[in-house]
Amino acid sequence: MSAITRDEVAHLARLSRLALQEDELDQLAAQLDVIISAVAKVQEVATGDIPPSSHALPLTNVYRPDEVHQGLSPEEALAGAPAVEDQRFRVPQILGEEE
Amino acid sequence: MTSAEERAEIIRLSAAEIGAAVKAGTYTAVQVTEAFLDRAAEVDGDISAFLHIDRETALAQARSVDTRLASGADLGPLAGVPVAHKDVFTTVDMPTTAASKILEGWRPPYDATVTARLREAGLVILGKTNMDEFAMGSSTENSAYGVTRNPWDLARIPGGSSGGSSAAVAAFEAPLATGTDTGGSIRQPAAVCGLVGAKPTYGGSSRYGLIAFASSLDTPGPFARNVLDAALLHEAFSGHDPHDSTSIDAPVPPVVEAAKRADIEGMRIGVVKEFAGEGYQPGVLQRFHEAVETLESLGAKVVEVSCPSFDTALAAYYLIAPSECSSNLARFDAMRYGLRVEDDGTRSAEEVMSLTRAKGFGPEVKRRIMLGTYALSSGYYDAYYGSAQQVRTLIKRDFEAAFKDVDVLVSPTAPTTAFPIGERADDPMAMYLADLCTIPTNLAGNAALSVPCGLAPEDGLPVGLQIMAPALADDRTYRVGAAFEAALNSKSGADLLSTSPYAV
Repeated sequence: MSAITRDEVAHLARLSRLALQEDELDQLAAQLDVIISAVAKVQEVATGDIPPSSHALPLTNVYRPDEVHQGLSPEEALAGAPAVEDQRFRVPQILGEEE
Repeated sequence: MTSAEERAEIIRLSAAEIGAAVKAGTYTAVQVTEAFLDRAAEVDGDISAFLHIDRETALAQARSVDTRLASGADLGPLAGVPVAHKDVFTTVDMPTTAASKILEGWRPPYDATVTARLREAGLVILGKTNMDEFAMGSSTENSAYGVTRNPWDLARIPGGSSGGSSAAVAAFEAPLATGTDTGGSIRQPAAVCGLVGAKPTYGGSSRYGLIAFASSLDTPGPFARNVLDAALLHEAFSGHDPHDSTSIDAPVPPVVEAAKRADIEGMRIGVVKEFAGEGYQPGVLQRFHEAVETLESLGAKVVEVSCPSFDTALAAYYLIAPSECSSNLARFDAMRYGLRVEDDGTRSAEEVMSLTRAKGFGPEVKRRIMLGTYALSSGYYDAYYGSAQQVRTLIKRDFEAAFKDVDVLVSPTAPTTAFPIGERADDPMAMYLADLCTIPTNLAGNAALSVPCGLAPEDGLPVGLQIMAPALADDRTYRVGAAFEAALNSKSGADLLSTSPYAV
């Protein structure tokens, strides 16, 4: 099993939307390497035609009647928001100027 | 007014006794609640079990219960009994943070089903208890708000991730508490604090309003000082919930009846061979072997059972749980609720999101998000997440084969007693070993219970006996647990907790 590199950790951090510090990247590279080496043994056992279980119990789709219910009021839904404007969530810019 | 003697008397009572005393009019819910609030005010400075206590809110709930009872409402056996909730259950009248900075001060707009059902049954919420951030950990050292201490030894961990709940009950700050068990987060803290803790069958208790960690594993469950109290709490919040699509639409197993029966004559009990050896503290194994002898003396037939795939359960868990966590924690995006930092008008939403998540999540949460992102990423998915899911199938098969021959399986709950605070903080793999014996049950969705089985001779700290049963056979774990508890109490002349430094 190849060691996990610091560049890979930086890539994972970008995918995970975590702006990690330089020292965190170093520390995580070492720790993830140890953890991944330890958990890699699942590959030795999981061979052949064993069906995967995503869940402990068999799942079936659950339907419910399409009925109108009282939901949260706009005030309740917005109560925990970091920023609100005109009864909406105010978010930072999503599209850059070039877009 | 309640005298100091009466207050001491109240906090010594079991939950069942408190419920009966309130029903009989011996005490009011307000008197009971005051007694526990006073106790928490007195000792929580040492323990730090609670993240939030609001005396006035708790007393207002208690007054409301007294009013409902006075008007003739039949609220069930736990009416007027206080409960402490792990801070992972949403509560409308108090903050819910999952012990994370990213949710500091958040007040949910709705109650979790567990919270709502217990309110309806007349239980009074004392407050919210400390935990490992987002339930990730085995020691309660990962809380963003400080560590909780084990009432048996303040230099040691109270278990995790529901360590605030276990410490609150063990220090007699609450007669009952809720927790969640994803890989052992109820049973392991129960074991190291000398309590009873149950992981119900997955889907037997609702996850609605529970801040999700790993959705295919998370299971709400009870903490109590004895088996009957745990069963009463289990029964009060369990059962089908249309708000949770993984909730099982079947009757709640008769756990209270089983806890009262306490007879195991003729039951077949399997000892899991794989749960012994390296990494197990000798005193833990000694108490466990004595527990097995006790079960035999009560008329059970004990056999050794092999579950070979259990050796790989820890590895599978540390791929499946982080994968689900990396997905579940994507909701903390700094847009709709919780923390937002560095939003100075020049940064994009993605930059603000990344900076907020880096600031708001602690080291263990970041580690698991990164691990999950790795395991799910293109090129590694089949090797890691896919293989882990196949191991999960093998573990389910091991349980199915074992339960053809035996009614329940037993093992130590945790391989060691409570370890010193800080001992495993820099070694994630050493920390993960604390859940070695509990994880297979979560992967298979079965029921399990931990009951105290004595103190380890080398350090005088509590050891837990784990009892595992098939899905929807939770009642078997309570039946065995109650029989064992009665035998142990009769042998030692007292229950274990009465010998702890914080006993009253």
